[in-house]
Amino acid sequence: MIDLSVLTDNWSSYLEGFRNTIIASLLALIGSFILGVIVAVFRIAPSKVLNTLGAVYVEFFRNIPLLLVVYLFFLGLPALGLTLNGFISGTLGLMIYTSSYIAEAIRAGIRSVPSGQTEAARSSGLTYNQTMRYVVLPQAIKIVIPPISNQFLNLVKNSSILGVVAGLDLMYFGDIVNADTYDAVSSYVFVALFYLLLTFPLSFASRSLERRLAHSG
Amino acid sequence: MDFQSAYTPDHLSFLFQGFGLTLWLAFLAIIFSFLLGCVLGIVRYAKVPVVSPILTIFVETVRNLPLLLLILFARFGLPELGISFTPFWAAIVALTVFEAALISEIVRSGLNSVDKGLLEAGRSSGLTYVQTLKHIVLPIGLRRMVPPMVSQFISLLKDTSLVVIISIAELMHNANIVMGQDPDIVFPILILVAALYFAINYTLSVLARRLEVRV
Repeated sequence: MIDLSVLTDNWSSYLEGFRNTIIASLLALIGSFILGVIVAVFRIAPSKVLNTLGAVYVEFFRNIPLLLVVYLFFLGLPALGLTLNGFISGTLGLMIYTSSYIAEAIRAGIRSVPSGQTEAARSSGLTYNQTMRYVVLPQAIKIVIPPISNQFLNLVKNSSILGVVAGLDLMYFGDIVNADTYDAVSSYVFVALFYLLLTFPLSFASRSLERRLAHSG
Repeated sequence: MDFQSAYTPDHLSFLFQGFGLTLWLAFLAIIFSFLLGCVLGIVRYAKVPVVSPILTIFVETVRNLPLLLLILFARFGLPELGISFTPFWAAIVALTVFEAALISEIVRSGLNSVDKGLLEAGRSSGLTYVQTLKHIVLPIGLRRMVPPMVSQFISLLKDTSLVVIISIAELMHNANIVMGQDPDIVFPILILVAALYFAINYTLSVLARRLEVRV
């Protein structure tokens, strides 16, 4: 049923795809985290204009499909004269899309710190920045880590979107292997195993982290 | 950018047709994945010997795979194993299995959040296990599941766009065809498609937030 020669004959394709999936995920992970923090800061900053900008960003990208975000780069930009390849447009789309979820997770975490603490810190003479740094953020981080690690897991799975725009990732090469071998079951089962190699440790780590943080109070 | 030749009656009706299919696809997948997800979640919560561990392995595997891979597998892998669907039903099967795995997690953790004491109280006052689940644990747990469930349905609606890879005439597919005609209309079409997805998902998320406040 599953033909091992599909894997051995196409070993280099699978490996190249696996490597590109890891690179795209890492780039998008770093980028979406930085972007997510910036947008979260916008959303909680004491300025109505920044709040609104942040909210529009989050609501827009959370409510449209990832594929559409990728298409904005892959099909939309060329229409404006700037052509990006599948790998870059896929990674950029992934980064922007995920950043909206991360921003929301960070904002929810900060919100969950009782506002009495902020007021107490402010009235005892700390500045806004000091209050954030010494009182709010250390508590918020514990709440924020589980949803963020969950988003990273989603990001790795979602990186398969590169396959739709010829982004040379695992999904893309799996499809090529299928087209070459006419053995869809074997081709895709091996793709699945490569993904599980990445996602199982991630989801295991995220759960044990969640449990540990939940018990540390 | 040419908005005038992008939004012709022909293009618009073709795109709205696709949007109709997107909604139909999402509707069917929501119903099926909700039912399957509830069954999976309840059985995993109840810790039935042999069955629950097997379902756990199944759910964990599906949860950790990309949906795109499941769609391709349902479309091209299953027929090799002697199970054939039309592309439309292959998409439904993939969406249902993937989302049901995630919904079962929502159901399970919703049930787990119900105080164990209530379960014991139900049992010790003479109810059977099934009666306790049905009359005490489920009604309380269900209410807590509503907000994450709606978020999951929004995800599902967005995820239907991935079936573009197996060519079903939903919104993304029809948009691709229209955009292929003229580079000048690509941006206007993308904006319209975004507006359609946004309108329905944003409405759902506002609804979910209202429910959250009430629950």
